[in-house]
Amino acid sequence: MKYLFIFLLVIQVFGKEYPDGDLIIRKVDQNMSSKNRIFESSMTIHGKRNSRTMLSRTMSEGNKKSFTEYLSPASEKGTKMLKLQGQLWIYSPSTDRIIQISGNMLRQSVMGSDLSYEDMMDDRKLMDIYTVKVTGDETLGDRTAYIVELTAKVENVAYFKQRMWIDRERFVPVKEELYAKSGQLLKRVDFKDVQKIQGRWFPMTIVYKDVLKDGNGTEFNMTSVKFDQQIADYIFTKGSLKQ
Amino acid sequence: MLAFKLAFRNLLGAGLRTWLNVTVLSIAFVVIVFYSGMLDGWNRQALTDTKNWEVGFGQLWHPNYDPFDPFCLQDAHAPITGKTKALAELGQITPILITQATIYPQGRMQNIFLKGIDPNQKIIQLPTSELNNKTDEVPAIIGKRMAEEAKIKQGDRLLVRWRDKNGTFDTREVKIVSVFNCNVQSVDNKQIWIPLKTLQQITGLENEATLFIAGSAFKNQTLTPWQFKELKYLLREIDEIIQTKKVGAGVIYGLLLSIALLAIFDTQVLSVFRRQKEIGTYIALGMTRAQVVAIFTIEGSAHSLLAILLGTLWGSPLLWHLQNSGIPMPKSVDSMGVSISENIFPVYSMGLILSTVLLVIISATIVSYFPTRKITKLRPTDALKGKIQ
Repeated sequence: MKYLFIFLLVIQVFGKEYPDGDLIIRKVDQNMSSKNRIFESSMTIHGKRNSRTMLSRTMSEGNKKSFTEYLSPASEKGTKMLKLQGQLWIYSPSTDRIIQISGNMLRQSVMGSDLSYEDMMDDRKLMDIYTVKVTGDETLGDRTAYIVELTAKVENVAYFKQRMWIDRERFVPVKEELYAKSGQLLKRVDFKDVQKIQGRWFPMTIVYKDVLKDGNGTEFNMTSVKFDQQIADYIFTKGSLKQ
Repeated sequence: MLAFKLAFRNLLGAGLRTWLNVTVLSIAFVVIVFYSGMLDGWNRQALTDTKNWEVGFGQLWHPNYDPFDPFCLQDAHAPITGKTKALAELGQITPILITQATIYPQGRMQNIFLKGIDPNQKIIQLPTSELNNKTDEVPAIIGKRMAEEAKIKQGDRLLVRWRDKNGTFDTREVKIVSVFNCNVQSVDNKQIWIPLKTLQQITGLENEATLFIAGSAFKNQTLTPWQFKELKYLLREIDEIIQTKKVGAGVIYGLLLSIALLAIFDTQVLSVFRRQKEIGTYIALGMTRAQVVAIFTIEGSAHSLLAILLGTLWGSPLLWHLQNSGIPMPKSVDSMGVSISENIFPVYSMGLILSTVLLVIISATIVSYFPTRKITKLRPTDALKGKIQ
């Protein structure tokens, strides 16, 4: 009886079989990606002393093209961002100028948030730049998630290692941790308020937190999300920035 | 000679009025010498400190390096090979590698420059030998300004985040092994110095440098791709600041001198007005009008000679004391971005003193001359009678 118990325990601990990591990531991609999407969101940057919120409207096609217009506060209203095939332009109404953000500038924070332009810009598929391995599962709140570890297989990645918690049933990320080469945790991303929209599970709130600095991170709240809409081609051109 | 005798006799005879004029002019004289000496002292100290702590006897820059553009650093580095390697081994130049990094003191994100330097270098005065300390963490030295700003002290450990040559984030804990005190902000503010080899290794830029600092034995030569920046170029900003300060000081000198010279001018006008009988007597005795003008002009300019004597008398001990003890500078000056020590020691060169003496004498002579021109128009007979003309 004792040996049977030990055997069952060993089976329980070591005998768990997880699906292939690539398959999980592909399922997440299928769930989260769409031909295009239009969403309105608020970005709240929680500083050490105060918080500020910006409202924006984004139209994106795949993960290569996106156009964002800031709607409020008044100081940011009319600022537009266009991401196109690995390039990023920003239009500022106060100067009436279009500036291309490139090189080291991409490493700067987006409007003082915990996100860099580069974080927004990396549109390579995770499987192309990381080796994916499922290392276990964990219950987070009322959801059970696979723990997926991604280790860089190419040199030019910002985060050498990532750890993602993927909902076992919905195949949406629940939590993500981004690590430095040294193994130091740098950023944590929490995906909350997952809703089914047009047949897809989608997190409506994403909280980015630079764990090395004080503050409560940057919170994205999607107020509306629409998939597979009609978006005119001219939206993803530089001409649309000044309109 | 007669003119000088008369001038001094009249001046001393005028008593308090003369001494008031002389005192005011002597103050102007001493202040000009003091302020110019202070600027020269500051200039000399800033140039010496910048040379000793930062620029050495010139620098070799990578063509993409621009000290005012932190974004250039990603592309501003090249391997240390051939001649540069040989010169570095001879100790004629020392390589520096610079990269951008971030620290998080007390949870605050702060962008800094992470600089790699050879711990055994002898070209600049940074206490780099401290980097030879064996610690489990990366040994680092920082300046007092950086320590104050980030609220860190010797022995503290600090997490530093940077990106390697491929843009991948990496972190390491550094230990502050020494906090140095230096007047040159550009080797102190927002920067951490660590051993060159360590920085090369953690950034993946093995055997690479952003710039070299040249020592006294270095002879300018072609070292492709490095571009030699001579001392004059590297110190030009200090020169420009001092020149600007000197222009500002010129206005102060002008105002001070004007006050003193106005008093002499007034005295001269009054003398010519009140001493018409005396002027008439001189002319009646056979003096030409030019000789009388000369007597009065010398009398006026003799104020300046007395002022220089008086100024030397009370100013010398004061200036000597300030030269030895230095002039304490307020802490706020330290944040101006200029090399400035806690005390400035004025430098009074012979050129400075002679030029100030000449300035005072010539300007006093000019203002003394103008009122006396009226003498040339006086009618001697009326002057003898004391008729006001």
